Amino acid sequence: MNAAPALKLEPAVETAAPALLRIVIVGHVDHGKSTLIGRLIHDTGSLPDGKLEAIRAISERRGMPFEWSFLLDALQAERDQGITIDTSQIRFQTAHRDVVLIDAPGHVEFLRNMVTGAAQADAALLVIDAAEGVREQSRRHGFLLHLLGVDQVTVIVNKMDKVGHSAEVFERIETEFRGYLENLGVKPRAFIPVAARDGDMIHGRGTAMGWYTGPTVVEAIDACEPARPLDAMALRLAVQDIYKFDDRRIIAGRVESGRVSVGDGLVFLPSGKLAEVRSIESWPQPSAGQEVEALDAGRPFGITLDREIFIERGEIGALRLARPSLAHVLKTRLFWLGEEPITIGSKLTLKLATAEVPASIASIEAVVDTGSLAESPASRIERNQVADVSFSLSRPIAADPHAQNPRTGRFVLDQGGRICGGGVVLQTFEGSKRRASPNVTPVASAITEAERIARTGHRGAVVWLTGLPSSGKSTVGRALERVLFDRGGHPVLLDGDTLRTGINGDLGFSKEDRSENIRRTAELAVFLARQGQIAIVALVSPSAGDRAVAREIGGAHFFEVHIKASVDTCAARDPKGLYAKALAGEIKGFTGVSAPYDVPEHPELVLETDRLSVAESVKRLTAGLEEREVLDANAHTLDFSI
Amino acid sequence: MDRLDELEAQSIYVLREAFAKLDKIALLWSLGKDSNVMIWLARKAFFGRLPFPAMHVDTGKKFKEMYAFRERYAKEWGLNLILEDCPPIEAVDPSLPPAARSAARKTEGLKLALEKHGFDGLIAGIRRDEEATRAKERFFSPRGVTGDWNVKDQPPELWDQFNTTVPPQDRKRGAHLRIHPILQWTEIDIWAYTRREGIPLIPLYFANKGLRYRSLGDEDITRPVASRATTVDEIIAELRHTKVPERSGRLLDHETEDAFERLRTAGYL
Repeated sequence: MNAAPALKLEPAVETAAPALLRIVIVGHVDHGKSTLIGRLIHDTGSLPDGKLEAIRAISERRGMPFEWSFLLDALQAERDQGITIDTSQIRFQTAHRDVVLIDAPGHVEFLRNMVTGAAQADAALLVIDAAEGVREQSRRHGFLLHLLGVDQVTVIVNKMDKVGHSAEVFERIETEFRGYLENLGVKPRAFIPVAARDGDMIHGRGTAMGWYTGPTVVEAIDACEPARPLDAMALRLAVQDIYKFDDRRIIAGRVESGRVSVGDGLVFLPSGKLAEVRSIESWPQPSAGQEVEALDAGRPFGITLDREIFIERGEIGALRLARPSLAHVLKTRLFWLGEEPITIGSKLTLKLATAEVPASIASIEAVVDTGSLAESPASRIERNQVADVSFSLSRPIAADPHAQNPRTGRFVLDQGGRICGGGVVLQTFEGSKRRASPNVTPVASAITEAERIARTGHRGAVVWLTGLPSSGKSTVGRALERVLFDRGGHPVLLDGDTLRTGINGDLGFSKEDRSENIRRTAELAVFLARQGQIAIVALVSPSAGDRAVAREIGGAHFFEVHIKASVDTCAARDPKGLYAKALAGEIKGFTGVSAPYDVPEHPELVLETDRLSVAESVKRLTAGLEEREVLDANAHTLDFSI
Repeated sequence: MDRLDELEAQSIYVLREAFAKLDKIALLWSLGKDSNVMIWLARKAFFGRLPFPAMHVDTGKKFKEMYAFRERYAKEWGLNLILEDCPPIEAVDPSLPPAARSAARKTEGLKLALEKHGFDGLIAGIRRDEEATRAKERFFSPRGVTGDWNVKDQPPELWDQFNTTVPPQDRKRGAHLRIHPILQWTEIDIWAYTRREGIPLIPLYFANKGLRYRSLGDEDITRPVASRATTVDEIIAELRHTKVPERSGRLLDHETEDAFERLRTAGYL
């Protein structure tokens, strides 16, 4: 036994180790990925002792020249056939980075394993054989990397020794493939000519390619960045479970994006329940004064709420003013890995964050050829194909378009208990509680939101004014209408009484009719809001349950304002003489006198019209809309004198 | 978040998913540094106590220090501890080389425990960097009827979405899921985390008379390495400079080229 080597202690306890960089290596089969990896590990001095001898011994035993690929191709079948079947990982270090290198199989048979490897990566090395050039799998891998959100791509043109280290061959391949990637919307970081077998341009530059002045592979790796957690995005809490192991009821899950703090007012979707964060729990229990006040993106969370609400695994918690969509229909781009093809009407389970929902294919918009990027109509999707597909969900889930939030905008498809595909959400369609028939696919407007905002200066919104009769809803609503119109906007006043003379003319004042009145008005309002209008709704809407339905229909556009005045003030105003009649018993079930009014618990704004003037009320209302980013705060100065 | 926070967050997510989605799970406790970290992570995930049992499948050949550790910490950590014994060596495949044969007792022991308790998921502390076939693993890895690992046809796993289904009719016949929460952790990560959190350890990991154990298998098939490291800081310093693999003292890994793969496809850890 050798004497133990002398120890060299590192100065002080090393503190926070920097985040790892995860790199996947992809490319057509036999283009030399595994050899490249073996060389990379060896040339950076990261190969464990004895591994070199072990590989030499195994290569000899099998009667082969030294096979670098045996380092990661550890399965017997892989070595027997000289092919990588499944993804594998190995850690190594460059001078500046700690790297996890993910090897992915290149053969189209094993695309599902390539996807598993690539989905974990921050960056990619895409290997192309210089003698063979760009192949179909090279393009397919490039396409999938982009779909999986891996956009730091460095292309390695390998086996340069087989083409005499020719600069022309290299440049030809670079031009062709750079063009392909740029058509996809991917800007490659570098193209590097490499001869992996000899180690040229991996760590050392070698002598055969003096014409190349760009980075070596190790230098390119050092220039990559680990993926940043999504702190700056809207808060999304994915609920994994609810625990009641002791006297605390803890909602547990992960902060997918944004930041959650004690005191935050949350909404959970799809249930629509509201609550505030009372505490953030952790174990071991922090000492007094050391409690956790906030958690950033990527952290596991355990929170208690200020009230008992029934929510379940699968829900997403968010801040009320920046909530995800409640989607019944998803328009997506996906890749299919299952054995059997899928068609319109195929039933699958869609899993997005912690939600799982039965879904059926409502329509197939196109199949995408990953080679030419051409989109063509299709009635079925085969294994390994990419397609644009709309799903009809059997119940709504919370989701975001991928462009807005990559974590809540991506999903996998499960068939028979096995993951068979995945994709990203292009658009969400909110619906009412009515289930969308599989033959009905909503059509999006031809005008984009940006175009509408450019014309009107504002986003669409549903400004829901609720309060007792004569509290001032219509007065404030009309004043807001005038102010918005004067600055070039598109307000529309939906006054409850006016609607009851037209579209709601068939409704009375029973409980059911009031609910239907509110549902219709909310659907109308949100339809206008989605077309960029500010729908100002003035409706008594006394029932908290009905208003909750309106809020769910209005979704992200909903802005509830409590127009608040005491019954006495309202009765004193009584412009229509209704309070007098109600107090005399001539009108039954009159809100404020003989029927209850549920005071809103968490409105976005309260306007006390017994104290405030109309001008002052409208000023606060527009300030609220600016804060909500419905109105542009830097636009015109508004004239509040009315 | 630094690297340990990232790894910790991922492990906690995996543990919570396993608890939420599976019916009856248990955590395999080998008493070594990796499974102690796993128990610690589970306590974080579930706010103090594991809501499922910890199981020790015992070959009877572990170091005596390990048994003492087990007694003490099962109590201190409030574990619901299940002890199962492995069958004798005669019951195991005689064509395997000797160390592999010893290790295969463990696989048999696992199978019997699975049958007895009807678990549909077992949480195990394997890591990718330990050994090349383990590097091919998934976070949630299905084991077929008779407990075998079909490495040629693993289901895809992406975006923290895992395969969590075991067909009910196969459960009775040994099919289950292996859950690997610390798959992405390396040996150094384990030590750094142990130091950061103050997780207790068996003294055999520290040098005694110029020797320490890097990895703890059965006493008769584990060899110590030369070392002077007597504290966690010294162990980490030593690991930074070594190129000797962690399992170099584990005889079973080196017997034949395919011994380890054969063991794993038959259901070993």
